[in-house]
Amino acid sequence: MKEEFIISAYSENHIGLLNRITIIFTRRKVNIESLTVSESALRGISKFTIVVREERSRVENIVKQIEKQVDVLKAYFHTNEEMIFQEIALYKVPTQALMESDQIERMVRKHNARILEITKDYTVIEKTGHKEETQELFEGLNKFGVLQFIRSGRVAITRSANERLSEFLAERDALLASIEMKSN
Amino acid sequence: MTAPSKEFMEMKQKAMQITGAEAVIRSLLEEGVETIFGYPGGAIMPVYDALYDFDKQVRHILTRHEQGAVHAAQGYARVTGDVGVCFATSGPGATNLITGIADAMIDSTPLVCITGQVASPLLGTDAFQESDVVGISMPVTKWNYQITTPEEIPTAIAQAFYIARSGRPGPVVLDLTKDAQFGKVDFTYKRCEKIRSYVPEYPLDKESLKSASDLINSAKKPFLLFGQGVVLSGAERELQEFIEKAGIPAAGTLLGLSALDSEHELNTGMLGMHGNYGPNIKTNECDVLIAVGMRFDDRVTGDVKRYARQAKVIHLEIDPSEINKIIKADIAVLGDAKKSLRMLTRLVKRQEHTDWVNEFHQAADIEDEKVIQKDLFPVKPGLTMGEVVRMSSELTNNQSVVVADVGQNQMAAARYSKFSKTRSHISSGGLGTMGFGLPAAIGAKIGAPDREVVAFVGDGGLQMTIQELGTIAQENLPVKLVVLNNHFLGMVRQWQQLFFERRYSFTEMVNPDFVKIAEGFGIPGKQVTTREELKVAMKEMIDNPGPFLLDVLVEKEDNIFPMVPTGASVSDILLSAEE
Ligand SMILES: Cc1ncc(C[n+]2csc(CCOP(=O)(O)OP(=O)(O)O)c2C)c(N)n1
Repeated sequence: MKEEFIISAYSENHIGLLNRITIIFTRRKVNIESLTVSESALRGISKFTIVVREERSRVENIVKQIEKQVDVLKAYFHTNEEMIFQEIALYKVPTQALMESDQIERMVRKHNARILEITKDYTVIEKTGHKEETQELFEGLNKFGVLQFIRSGRVAITRSANERLSEFLAERDALLASIEMKSN
Repeated sequence: MTAPSKEFMEMKQKAMQITGAEAVIRSLLEEGVETIFGYPGGAIMPVYDALYDFDKQVRHILTRHEQGAVHAAQGYARVTGDVGVCFATSGPGATNLITGIADAMIDSTPLVCITGQVASPLLGTDAFQESDVVGISMPVTKWNYQITTPEEIPTAIAQAFYIARSGRPGPVVLDLTKDAQFGKVDFTYKRCEKIRSYVPEYPLDKESLKSASDLINSAKKPFLLFGQGVVLSGAERELQEFIEKAGIPAAGTLLGLSALDSEHELNTGMLGMHGNYGPNIKTNECDVLIAVGMRFDDRVTGDVKRYARQAKVIHLEIDPSEINKIIKADIAVLGDAKKSLRMLTRLVKRQEHTDWVNEFHQAADIEDEKVIQKDLFPVKPGLTMGEVVRMSSELTNNQSVVVADVGQNQMAAARYSKFSKTRSHISSGGLGTMGFGLPAAIGAKIGAPDREVVAFVGDGGLQMTIQELGTIAQENLPVKLVVLNNHFLGMVRQWQQLFFERRYSFTEMVNPDFVKIAEGFGIPGKQVTTREELKVAMKEMIDNPGPFLLDVLVEKEDNIFPMVPTGASVSDILLSAEE
């Protein structure tokens, strides 16, 4: 059964790694629903957040393949329940529509969205939330004609207290020190 | 004494600097590299120029095509266990390496390939002979990296070797811009010992080893599968001690074959599509299946839904991503095979499973009667691939390094060679690359100059890299080439016969006179067509101190059996076309 999973991978900040990670999906014909890359709380370490709809066993294998990449430090996968996540959406509507009735303004309030910029021609509205929520606002606004729309990739954070990676890095150092390599 | 002037210090400093190109060669020397396979060109010329001064320390083999260089480097790596090194220029030179790199990736062969690249200001401008080598090679390398400054060279090379040879080995590509080769650098070298984001192998998990040994101790019908992981970790002795103590029959994958003496009483042969009858059917009868350093390739498992369902599976494996990838393991032991097996041997009880082992012998007798006798002592006048291979094995006391190309010749070489030493069987397993055999034999001979190297190649595969006869001639390498010549793309023809109603669509080949071609390269050769001539000619080949090509005309429409047809279960293995 396919479900939605959030994969998060931590890597060294190296050129080409995004490509190395995405081809793991391409090769298996797994569609990436969304992808976000940014710096993590730790300097020099990037964090990839990738959303897929797949069978759990396939996701397990993909995560192992991601982790196998030399420059990747650690990769996890989670169900939506295990994470707090958000996406951000921007909507551009004609300012005239905003002027003609108060419906758009009410919608903005109801959805906890906010207005970023108003010009003579257009108004830009911003909303963060889950995809269904940003979509719902889109449907609403579109009755007045949305001129432009964009939704970001998902950002997600675990429900545990601290960045797991810091503990992980300490463990990693100990692990590497403990391995007696064949060459010595 | 007055302090030396600033200018003097700067001059002295300059004098200690070397070019990036020289830093490449010095770094390779620091890694113990003795042989480089390669082909020059504009974008790698500074490196080649630097190499000119080091001809006493490193041997460079000029192949006739970059594909030849990379396959030779693979052959070298497989026979020595060291990293194979090759050089190529940018663009077409680099792309010609890709097939071999892909082959090395899937067969876990350690390679460091250094490709020239256009100068960094030209990157991305579609400059002459520019190609995105880092991008192209990404899916088929364990790691790759583009070097654009001379300062990066020593560190990148140290990391490349560390990554290529540690853990589960694999190919690495370093793409080196021309300006990085020309630039100057203060050279100091430090071998790489760890990389934070890379765990080459995990420490042994004692608990899983304990559960594995409990399971093995209670097994009635245990069966062990060994793969190339055993060879890569140097665990041949540990494997033998383990199966002897626990009394477990064993079978090898194509790439694992020479890890255990073919004559060992617990060695039951080869697994897989054209493997032996016993190991295939017994996979579906054993109660505990112990897989060591192998990855359940589909050529080994056949239909996974009908593979070893009855058995508890124990998987000893260094690469975490292989565990549960294809066959779910009841007990997974992550780690190096040598260490795992050593520990496991201590934990298991001494046992014999005489009746169970005998079942393998009975299966072997059936196969012998239905397949092997027909191959080795044919009643037809036409020569079989099997008898040619077996004769070579006998004449070299099962001591030669057997290299095979791909196709029927490969399966005959694997089935009918006997191996008494490890690292004696070199073949393209995962990718199945035709054209691999001849150049791989070159690398194998250079890596093991004191061993007889016999390569079996088909008439099709030979013609994919036949130009490497030039390399053999130039280096006067005593490689023995046996062409199993059936005037067909034999393996494809076999499938056409069995599964496409004998519609032999474009598999028949009009071949040149291979002996004359060899002669043109200054390599002696002989063609044989009859059984009587075969032994004499083969002796002549082996006694000849230099290279030799033996063109053996074999039966045109012979088939390789047994066979597990695609999609069938390993227990549905066929012994003949009539079944
Ligand atoms: C580069 C490449 N192209 C195509 C194939 C598909 N293929 C597998 S076996 C085979 C026939 C090999 O014929 P030949 O070299 O004459 O050897 P034989 O099977 O007759 O021993 C072919 C075409 C391949 N393995 N590799």
